[in-house]
Amino acid sequence: MPLYHDEDQAMLADSASQFMAEEGSINKQLRHWRDRDCKDGFGHELWKQFGEMGFTGILVAEDDGGLGMGHVEAGIVLEEIGRNLTPSPFLTSSVLAATALGQASDDLRGRYLPGLVSGDSVFAVAIDEGAKHRPERIKTRAEKSGNGFRLSGKKDFVIHGASADMIVVAARTSGADDDADGITLFAVPKDVAGLSQVAVRLVDSSMATHLTLDGVDLDGDAVIGEVDGGREILNRMLNAGRIGAAAEGAGVARGAMDMTIDYLKQRKQFGKLIGEFQALQHRAAHLYSEVEIARAVVIKAQQLLDADAPSAELMVSVAKAKVSKVAGLAVREGVQMHGGIGMTDEYDIGLYMKRDRALQEFLGDAYYHAERVAQISGY
Amino acid sequence: MADLDTFRSETRAWLEANCPEEMRQPVRDEEDVYWGGRRATFKNEAQKSWFEACVAKGYTVPAWPKDYGGAGLDAGEAKVLREEMSRINARPPLSSFGIWMLGPALLHFGTEEQKKHYLTQIARGEIRWCQGYSEPGSGSDLVSLQTYGEDQGDHWVVNGQKVWTSYADQADWIFCLVRTDKTNKYQGITFMLFDMETPGVSTKPILLISGNSPFCETFFDDVKVPKDQFVGEVNRGWDVAKYLLGHEREMISGAGGGDRTAAIGAAMLRHAGELDPMLRAELAMFDVDALAYSAMGEKFLDEIKVGKAHPAQPNTMKYAGTELNKRRHELMMSAGGSRSLEWDSEETGGGKPSRGWLRTKANSIEGGTSEVMLNVISKRILDLPGS
Repeated sequence: MPLYHDEDQAMLADSASQFMAEEGSINKQLRHWRDRDCKDGFGHELWKQFGEMGFTGILVAEDDGGLGMGHVEAGIVLEEIGRNLTPSPFLTSSVLAATALGQASDDLRGRYLPGLVSGDSVFAVAIDEGAKHRPERIKTRAEKSGNGFRLSGKKDFVIHGASADMIVVAARTSGADDDADGITLFAVPKDVAGLSQVAVRLVDSSMATHLTLDGVDLDGDAVIGEVDGGREILNRMLNAGRIGAAAEGAGVARGAMDMTIDYLKQRKQFGKLIGEFQALQHRAAHLYSEVEIARAVVIKAQQLLDADAPSAELMVSVAKAKVSKVAGLAVREGVQMHGGIGMTDEYDIGLYMKRDRALQEFLGDAYYHAERVAQISGY
Repeated sequence: MADLDTFRSETRAWLEANCPEEMRQPVRDEEDVYWGGRRATFKNEAQKSWFEACVAKGYTVPAWPKDYGGAGLDAGEAKVLREEMSRINARPPLSSFGIWMLGPALLHFGTEEQKKHYLTQIARGEIRWCQGYSEPGSGSDLVSLQTYGEDQGDHWVVNGQKVWTSYADQADWIFCLVRTDKTNKYQGITFMLFDMETPGVSTKPILLISGNSPFCETFFDDVKVPKDQFVGEVNRGWDVAKYLLGHEREMISGAGGGDRTAAIGAAMLRHAGELDPMLRAELAMFDVDALAYSAMGEKFLDEIKVGKAHPAQPNTMKYAGTELNKRRHELMMSAGGSRSLEWDSEETGGGKPSRGWLRTKANSIEGGTSEVMLNVISKRILDLPGS
């Protein structure tokens, strides 16, 4: 498959680009909700519009009311989200939770997917335990209890946790903390007894929670997939979420780069446009080269994942690591080349820097994924 | 699609029958590469039979028209052939600046007569070409070149000096940028072709830091060049040169990519036995960059085929690919430790690691320096002012 968008994908990219630039713009969404101290960190009205556009169900099977598309298509929407810094529950709900629910029982799919597709429901995922992404180790326990399970443990960095109608929780039903097996995924409703969350605002104005499960009782039908067989679904979720985060990061990198290059063509110092200075030209050109590489590896990994290729896992980690490095470069160069106004809240370039920092950390940073590349490659 | 499947099975069978086992081994040294030309000799029977089979089939230049010695393959078929050759590790039957550089220029700018004559010679490996571009005073600023061809009616008399002429001492003919109008910088250069045996041509190899001499200084002392031996138009050779530089940059950028050699961490562990943690970390970061770059190479080729690639994108490929290749060899030297310092020991195949490492330093100089690539990206892709 060629590494560019086919006709349908190009059409989707056009409409996503237009929609996000108009409805999802920084002033209309990110700044609007941030300046109102919004507890969700995003607008539910926009999320409904995502539903009307069909974005919400991109990764949901047609039989479940979705579009049955793939990671290339989800990535198209995410790249536009990244360029416009549009806050939405798309990545947590329509990518991560949707991937888990795709493996769930008829009952769970029927319960949750219609609300997702319409843009009425918001979902979150609770994977991390601690400040770094380390999904190989899961301590949260789910003990058998009557017909169901009793969950106990703590989760961190639960994006949109406080806004979510349902949270996908990865818990251990058997084995030791570091075992690959013995993981089970649960669909945990927001109002269940014993679930508490402490909401925290993050540097990019997105909302996350520290989540505590203190003897949360769930029926057996809350299990997604098989008991003790959750690792495979978790890995699917992680692959989907990581390449999704990479696509969004590529969008952040592009957004920051485009803004910076525009600025180089407007700002005058020493009687010249600063874009005439070779010291800045070379840095901008280097950045462009890196952004092009990052975009290429993102679409490569998306296609491999859509084709269920054995090398998908490696390339997803390559993509997440590469994008983290490149988007980091883009926002740092962006702020530096903007000079003083790059440090002001009034100017948007700093917002890109904040979003990039949160995205880098989400589902594993460049160090985590480079380590994974080494391990998968056998060294 | 069905046609391509048929073509693939036919190609596979043809390769099976015609590519000798010895030609399916990695290229180990310069002797394993067949460059053709008047003075060429084959290293062994296998190299000869593989080359001859490919000439007969048009597979030295598979995508060129049959009339000019090619096989007339379309883009899809050419890709299948590449894939099938790469599947069995088949070596290129013929390496040549004629194929990589002069050929594309002639296909684009040449007359029918020139194509029939020169392209066929190239396809059959009869003439080995070298490129006369750089001069002692004209490196990155190539267009300032001074080698001058004085109009003498039916011929030019060429005087001057070229430098970095690859394998000029072994080449039969040269394609050469010569100033024919001193009053017009860009539109005063002619793209000439002439025989290296013409009286007045002399070459002198340049010893490099790698201890090898792949490049020469080439001197022209009253060299007579017939007036019909040029490509394109008289005084419009810069157009041809620019077109060709694009090809050269694609070719050099290829040195940094390729799926087979993209990631090196695992090979370095096998080679070294163990890796220091910090070196392992650097290798992992390198592998991330290398695998990502190979995705860009693939994307670039896909986009070129359908005209989606930015015309200046080869500059991006060249810049990123050559910088990556230099980093690759730095890491290989570190992983190899003191063994990789050996200059001529048998164990290192005559100092391959160190000589190879030094050779890569030219990657970001030849065919346009990294700094020139960044200038071109700034100007033509990013549209930055005044550059």
